[in-house]
Amino acid sequence: MEKFTVLNGLVAPMDRANVDTDAIIPKQFLKSIKRSGFGPNLFDEWRYLDHGEPGMDNTHRPLNPDFVLNQSRYQGASILLARKNFGCGSSREHAPWALEDYGFRVIIAPSFADIFFNNCFKNGILPIKLDEKIVDGLFQDNAASDGYQLKVDLESQTITTPNGTSIRFDVDEFRKDCLLNGLDDIGLTLKHVDDIKAYETKRKQQAPWLFA
Amino acid sequence: MAGKTLYDKLWDTHVVRTEEGGTALLYIDRHLVHEVTSPQAFEGLRIAHRKPWRIDTVLATPDHNVPTTDRSMGIEDPIARIQVETLDANVEEFGITYFPMNDVRQGIVHVIGPEEGATLPGMTVVCGDSHTSTHGAFGALAHGIGTSEVEHVLATQCLVQKKMKNMQVVVSKVGAGVTAKDIVLAIIGEIGTAGGTGYAIEFAGEAISDLSIEGRMTVCNMAIEGGARAGMVAVDNKTIEYVKGRPFAPKGENWDMAVEDWKGLTSDPDAKFDHVVEIDGRQIQPQVTWGTSPEMVVGVDARVPDPENESDAVKKDGMERALQYMGLEANTPITEIAVDVVFIGSCTNSRIEDLRAAAVVAQKAVTEGRKVSDTVKQALVVPGSGLVKQQAEEEGLDKIFVAAGFEWREPGCSMCLAMNADRLQPDERCASTSNRNFEGRQGQGGRTHLVSPAMAAAAAIAGHFVDVRDLTA
Ligand code: SF4
Repeated sequence: MEKFTVLNGLVAPMDRANVDTDAIIPKQFLKSIKRSGFGPNLFDEWRYLDHGEPGMDNTHRPLNPDFVLNQSRYQGASILLARKNFGCGSSREHAPWALEDYGFRVIIAPSFADIFFNNCFKNGILPIKLDEKIVDGLFQDNAASDGYQLKVDLESQTITTPNGTSIRFDVDEFRKDCLLNGLDDIGLTLKHVDDIKAYETKRKQQAPWLFA
Repeated sequence: MAGKTLYDKLWDTHVVRTEEGGTALLYIDRHLVHEVTSPQAFEGLRIAHRKPWRIDTVLATPDHNVPTTDRSMGIEDPIARIQVETLDANVEEFGITYFPMNDVRQGIVHVIGPEEGATLPGMTVVCGDSHTSTHGAFGALAHGIGTSEVEHVLATQCLVQKKMKNMQVVVSKVGAGVTAKDIVLAIIGEIGTAGGTGYAIEFAGEAISDLSIEGRMTVCNMAIEGGARAGMVAVDNKTIEYVKGRPFAPKGENWDMAVEDWKGLTSDPDAKFDHVVEIDGRQIQPQVTWGTSPEMVVGVDARVPDPENESDAVKKDGMERALQYMGLEANTPITEIAVDVVFIGSCTNSRIEDLRAAAVVAQKAVTEGRKVSDTVKQALVVPGSGLVKQQAEEEGLDKIFVAAGFEWREPGCSMCLAMNADRLQPDERCASTSNRNFEGRQGQGGRTHLVSPAMAAAAAIAGHFVDVRDLTA
């Protein structure tokens, strides 16, 4: 997993609540057996005017000019500003894969769906929960100024706005550590092999039918 | 000290170790695997030269991509075929128990787990699929995980977890003709699609204890649509009776020991919940969703809501967008909405009791000389597993459906998410027994209304939504 330390990034707004993972990456792209290459199909049904299928050459498809990520001012954005309950619905990890492949490393929203939130951390994306009012303010500032950028510093858990205001955010210690160091979860857990085996021995006594 | 909730108990018996900050390693007893969310996990294992920790806990089947029509020629769509073949190869390589496409036990993961007795009370159950919450109906801790976590559980038998908060949803007795699906849709209408975020929900109250185990599965299945990764129901005699004698269920001495243990899988009377929601069951009518989120739901006797009456700007905007996508006018009576397609199936409503409930409506139509309305282009019945299909055929349900003009299909996810050939065309309107009415869920531009199996069958016959209680009274 790629490390995450500090990011200075252009901000793109996704101004609707309850954006679900079906919208983030429609199901036809879930047929892939790979982990990469989902970026061109991020928000496929909103982003293009035609119907997307896996294997298409996306560079020749008609873009929906009304879709926010197609506007020239948001090209190269790496921070997504979103509304509440972002990432609800299906557990598909293809959603963070697509966001990451497109270039997003930070998502800011008042709230996230649990499974999606979890999946982000495993893919080098930092999801940040902020108070609804603060998010609202960011939407307004972002709309008002072309090329609006934020600086996100994970170590100090702060977001700095262009006028120098600093916003603190919370992040779970364990997840922060994994992101900062690009640590592999499985490797970390396997350090506790003895604990897992001890648990199994004890559990086998209590509930032998689970090991039959 | 206050007593423990069911969730507290399930959590406590599965914690392997706790880290500072409250993160824990949680031991997993059952891991269900399907073709869509597993290829990258198996690939990860291979790259890291890791082996599955306990293959006896893993059960795999293809469901999302399989065709529901004749399968003797295999899967036509080459990309879907590769995904199923990848699962075939992975289970072979790692030695995992597998119900392949042409095995009678194949079906939707959330149907076959309980059907096989692979889901047991007191277990932790995970699957790379958000509707894993279904298995909580057995007094199990069950939730969906992402593909990285699928790999993590395969490699370590554990998940890195933080304990969720406790929520209890208590529903009092419901009226006749109100089903599990109506109950859960009404709950989501009440708490909202994010109402359960961060919580494990225990469903309780007379309405829930009156339900069959299959009905409880329908309710828990949709916990995730209320934002909760896990939904659960306490164990009672029905739970134990349901599990008894199933292929993977404990036998002999183990069975007796297990039953003793399972009887304790209820919340203590003095347990404390962080949040309690009480719902008056008598107020619940058969439900129909009108928008593009499961919380956008009303009783069949109501009208499509008017965004003008909504004061919250973000909500109002969402309602307007939904009405536009759904091609609906505010204030239209629900019973005046005509449907083009009817889908009876999915892990929410494809078990034998669901098919029976739909068949009662179909049979009544046939007896009265009626059929699926001419205005309905397609009415599909897709059983949840090969065994459900077999059972339904033994009971003659397939004949009833076909006589009434429904199509009788092979088991799988089908039009619930339209990854196979079963999908809506743009602007087609569907009465569906599935669990998600998101934009494009059943096909790009398709419009989904979530309902119970009986309500779906009734809509197929009438050509528009009707209160099924008027038909079957
Ligand atoms: S039936 Fe639908 S919701 Fe259930 S597992 Fe299949 S695709 Fe998911």
